[in-house]
Amino acid sequence: MATIVEAAPTALEPVAIDPVTLDLIENALRNARYEMDAVLFRTAMSPGIREQHDEFPLIADHEGRMVVGQFGSFIGGFLDNYDGTVEEGDVFLTSDPYACDGAISHANDWLVLLPIYFRGRLVGWGAMFGHVTDVGGKVPGSLPTDARSIFEEGVVIPPLKLYRRGELAEDALRLILNQVRMKEWNRSDLNAIVAACRTAARRVVELCERFGADVYLSACGALLERNRRAMAQLIQTTIAEERLTFTDYVDDDGLGHGPYRIHCTMWREGERAILDFTGTDPQSEGPVNFYLNVNMLKMFFGIYMIMVFDPQILWNDGFYPLVEVRIPEGSFLRPRYPAALSCRTHALGRIFDILGGLLGQRQPEFLNAAGFSSSPHLMYSGFDRRGEWFQLYQIGFGGIPGRPFGDGPDGHSLWPSFTNVPNEFLEAYFPLVIESYETVADSGGPGFYRGGNGIDIAYRFLEPGTISIHDDRWFTYPWGVNGGLPGARSRKLLVRVGGGEEILPSKCDNVRVEPGDVLHYVTWGGGGWGDPYDRDPALVALEVDRGLVTLEGARRYGVVLEAREDAPPAVDVPATERLREQLRAARGKVQVFDFGPSIDELRASCLAETGLAPPAPPVFR
Amino acid sequence: MPYRLGVDVGGTFTDLLLIDEASGATHRAKVPSTPADQSVGVLAGILQLCEAAGVDPGAITHLVHGTTVATNAVLEGKGAKVGLVVTKGYRQVLQVARSFVPGGLAGWIIWPKPTPLALLEDTVEADERVAATGEVLRPLDEDALVERLRELGRRGVEAVTVSFVNAFANDAQERRAEELCAAELPDLPVSLSSKILPEIREYERTLTTVANSYVRPAVSRYIGSLERELAARGIGARLHILRSDGGLMPTDVARAAPVTMLVSGPAGGVAGAVWIAQQAGFENLLTLDMGGTSTDVALVQYGRTAVGRETSVGDLTLRASSIDVRTVGAGGGSIAHVPELTKALRVGPQSAGAEPGPAAYGRGGTEPTVTDANLVLGYLPPALLGGEMALDEEAAYAAVAKVSEALGLDVTRTAAGIVDIVNEHMYGALRLVSVQQGYDPRDYALVAFGGAGPLHANALGRLMGSWPVIIPPSPGVLCAYGDATTRLVDEAAKTFIRRFSETSDEEVSALLTSLAEEAAATLDAEGVPRAEQSLSLQADVRYHGQGFEVPIDLDQLGPGLLAGAGERFDAEHTRLFTFALDAEHELVNLRATVRGAPPSVVAERLEEGGPDPAPAATGRRRIWVDGGEVEATVYDRARLRAGNVVAGPAILTEMDSTTLVLPGHAGSVDPFGNVLIRPIPSEEH
Repeated sequence: MATIVEAAPTALEPVAIDPVTLDLIENALRNARYEMDAVLFRTAMSPGIREQHDEFPLIADHEGRMVVGQFGSFIGGFLDNYDGTVEEGDVFLTSDPYACDGAISHANDWLVLLPIYFRGRLVGWGAMFGHVTDVGGKVPGSLPTDARSIFEEGVVIPPLKLYRRGELAEDALRLILNQVRMKEWNRSDLNAIVAACRTAARRVVELCERFGADVYLSACGALLERNRRAMAQLIQTTIAEERLTFTDYVDDDGLGHGPYRIHCTMWREGERAILDFTGTDPQSEGPVNFYLNVNMLKMFFGIYMIMVFDPQILWNDGFYPLVEVRIPEGSFLRPRYPAALSCRTHALGRIFDILGGLLGQRQPEFLNAAGFSSSPHLMYSGFDRRGEWFQLYQIGFGGIPGRPFGDGPDGHSLWPSFTNVPNEFLEAYFPLVIESYETVADSGGPGFYRGGNGIDIAYRFLEPGTISIHDDRWFTYPWGVNGGLPGARSRKLLVRVGGGEEILPSKCDNVRVEPGDVLHYVTWGGGGWGDPYDRDPALVALEVDRGLVTLEGARRYGVVLEAREDAPPAVDVPATERLREQLRAARGKVQVFDFGPSIDELRASCLAETGLAPPAPPVFR
Repeated sequence: MPYRLGVDVGGTFTDLLLIDEASGATHRAKVPSTPADQSVGVLAGILQLCEAAGVDPGAITHLVHGTTVATNAVLEGKGAKVGLVVTKGYRQVLQVARSFVPGGLAGWIIWPKPTPLALLEDTVEADERVAATGEVLRPLDEDALVERLRELGRRGVEAVTVSFVNAFANDAQERRAEELCAAELPDLPVSLSSKILPEIREYERTLTTVANSYVRPAVSRYIGSLERELAARGIGARLHILRSDGGLMPTDVARAAPVTMLVSGPAGGVAGAVWIAQQAGFENLLTLDMGGTSTDVALVQYGRTAVGRETSVGDLTLRASSIDVRTVGAGGGSIAHVPELTKALRVGPQSAGAEPGPAAYGRGGTEPTVTDANLVLGYLPPALLGGEMALDEEAAYAAVAKVSEALGLDVTRTAAGIVDIVNEHMYGALRLVSVQQGYDPRDYALVAFGGAGPLHANALGRLMGSWPVIIPPSPGVLCAYGDATTRLVDEAAKTFIRRFSETSDEEVSALLTSLAEEAAATLDAEGVPRAEQSLSLQADVRYHGQGFEVPIDLDQLGPGLLAGAGERFDAEHTRLFTFALDAEHELVNLRATVRGAPPSVVAERLEEGGPDPAPAATGRRRIWVDGGEVEATVYDRARLRAGNVVAGPAILTEMDSTTLVLPGHAGSVDPFGNVLIRPIPSEEH
């Protein structure tokens, strides 16, 4: 239990807040949160944070409740477990998921937390975590696909004071940085994260100066309350007392077992929504476990709900008491220490598909198809001809699902603020040439609204080295909804310079590559939304002209096109009507979800369709 | 007698300002804009102004023009059908863009899928490849490209962009493609990415070049027709176009690279503000240009505006130099509403626009806007535009009452809340260009203009601690002032990515010298003697490994160049981000900017009148301010004289704007007609 030290402890004098002051403070907090991002992006060095924006900020009130930000508040739990003092000028650092209730879920996420003081009084907290490129361990990038415990996943930093009353703990930092491959990146990323948190602190102090600490803190309370009220109403009107369930999978664990089942049941009791993960598989021996922070799940849930109604609302913890999350101990989503955690990205992403699938069952306005619910990685490292170590870590993107709102964008990110790294930038800094960077025609699931296409990036390597791949959805399909068809699955193909092609598994490490080898990193497409046989044939023809759908692919929309010399393809109207009639008859009644073949069928066809052996069913201890 | 003419075409009005270069005497005119062909309004304005001023149009030697032709083409989606030629394997470069989805977690649920500025069906590949080092990996397959170009011809494209991967490092294959375009598609303008933006990052370079192609035919047509009309009327004035970075360019440059004039509107306003504030003796400024739908803010240091490397128009963000103006969707027409779910009071970004406009305009608007709130609070006169447009107070009251019910506040307090919140939005934007860039706003004066700026300026000055608040004379025609008082500029740039240890002072100096020559040549062609040209050099620098570079001014060529740049970068980095790193510095881009001499325009002086403003008073009115009702004196600004001191609460009315002076503040009129508002010291406590 932490001891909070205040030079001038002052009890909160609650003040009534008028709605205008409340909005002024809300607005200022929102700006402060975006300023945290801006400071980080401009000063971080590892491409993951700098270009792809793999980071999450938070500003909390004096009680540790998040008033603005984007991750589950963990401060209460952190203080319960931390045995020491909290003082002005302290800056905490941790990368241990097991020490912060999974607020960060693998050791690559470095989490910085600092208390904010105003005239000797604790008035809040600033926190941010970012994914640093490497934290040591057995493979470059520190996400070993065959890890069986967290001890294989690099340096795990327990909660410690990086700054003690403003003074940098040089020795601790040296000890940590001595474990990692890209010291300069980690050092400057850490600097950047601390600078971002200090920006938050400055803005909160300015608000206290402008309005007074009691007004500011009362306003924080009112913002939390406003959020709770709004969500109470939403939960009441959109969540039924009847139980709804949804199941999705992580395809494999990197050790040849899978798929792992994630199962959730949702219902309402009084004003509270319950999300119960009973029925989820036990923890994996491999690194695909996802230590799911309960508050983070609440936040995901709330954001899905409120996005449609008042997107301007400030995100905060206010509604958390209205949601109860039950996760069985020892399960895939709450593994026991010291289970390996590094490759949790697939389960983390899949949670979004599950929330969408649950919430959409009663409310068509929420129902999206399965999307690009992961962030696949590629690592490429080695020594270049000058003898210098290079290490690439890149996140891939794919198809946004078909949505009630329209077609899913092609080759985009489901994660907020993530962007790709310019290829020219990669070529300037790493020994590779990106031969093509294009979306894959027909990979988006057909529907009235098409799922976005996945991407095929062709990397030609210029230096010998090793690569690692982290992806999923190579075995199960990104499902479609309301008649929409599933999107295409992912695949990885290595074309050797001397001839020959190798299909690489979705998760692998230490694959040797030689100069001239070309890797096709193909991500998956989003599922389709709505009946593809109702999509405007002229639009299908246009997308064929654009190269996003093929002539053959158009038939999956029931559209027959006539290819023409020197002109865009034309719709054969009678043939299209006939084909659509046949397809409708063969399909029968439209189902809400189209998951593609069953797991058993997928196993049976796996080798023939993917070139890879099916995963063996997981064995649980 | 040489005359200089500034012409600024806005959405509703075209403002013209004729300056007698010898005496500084000015003549102004405001005529309706003619959106179908802006040159009609411009010509009508020139003739009307010259006639009223008794000036022979032939005596105009310089015509300086800020135009929104390019901006409107983008905003209205009415640009050219652009054919795009890219390197094989990159056909979807605009389709995939940066893979970025705005709007935070789950933002993808409601994000509309954008259509690229050059359509995917109008994008073709060239089989060629250059490496990051500039080495040719695969020569251009010319026969195949010719086939593709014919296809673009069949598709009816109106302009062509060629953007090859790594063309910033070697432009030879782009230039060869340009020749093939000229042969196959002889009537179409071709833009090369290596000319428009020779910088690393394929998506940004392609998009910027496509945007150039997109607006090029419209701009070319417009300038052509303007030049013809001027010539037909015997006006031989040299025509210059205002760039987004506040400089001027000759028309041939504007026709080839119109992407540099996409946001010249705000640039004219800021340039005008800088000029007018300099007359008043202030060179560190925050500018606030508040219009009907949005507000532009910028920071000016030592009379120089920060020029950013990005230009945003609508949803489009390009890499092109522009005055670092931040825009917020907060203006007089911004609509207040209370979402059912949160019961919060929101203002904007929806706007009532010009039609139907605020409820007070009586044109059918019923939604409560910022203007309605100002009217309810008593800040606005009963009629605007010199009495031409009566304001409907009842309608404004009824509109504001709609949100006050939902909010549970009375109408007046709701109106005050709407004004507070819209001020807060602008405060946020002003902080973005000041505090968040490491500048202390208390060291800056705040210049407010645009139709609505002077009404909100005093409150913003108080929030920012920026004094004085400067309200220039005729805040509505400040852009035309800016146009008339800026100078010729050209810029040449090159991407040159090198760690400091990998290059030398000599190598960088040689590159900068050749860039400077390139930019100077444009001014030479305009007849600007070298003696009048001034050169500034910049390098974009970062720590090796960072992805964001900071522009650094370079004082000197030769020995010490890199060391000086490194020191300055560390200082800038500390100012911006609170820390410097012990990491190696790296150059990213080099840039040379050459400017012509500023025109010698003298500001007009206002007649002296002593401190007492009473002769200008026209009445008194009860207004609601700072939580209570007070009685304000109303003045006719046209009758104020230099030296007058107006104590708040006061309202200054003029043709195109209204100024509010808050209680505890006083506005003094300077010799040039600026009103300088400051807190009255005795009442500060």
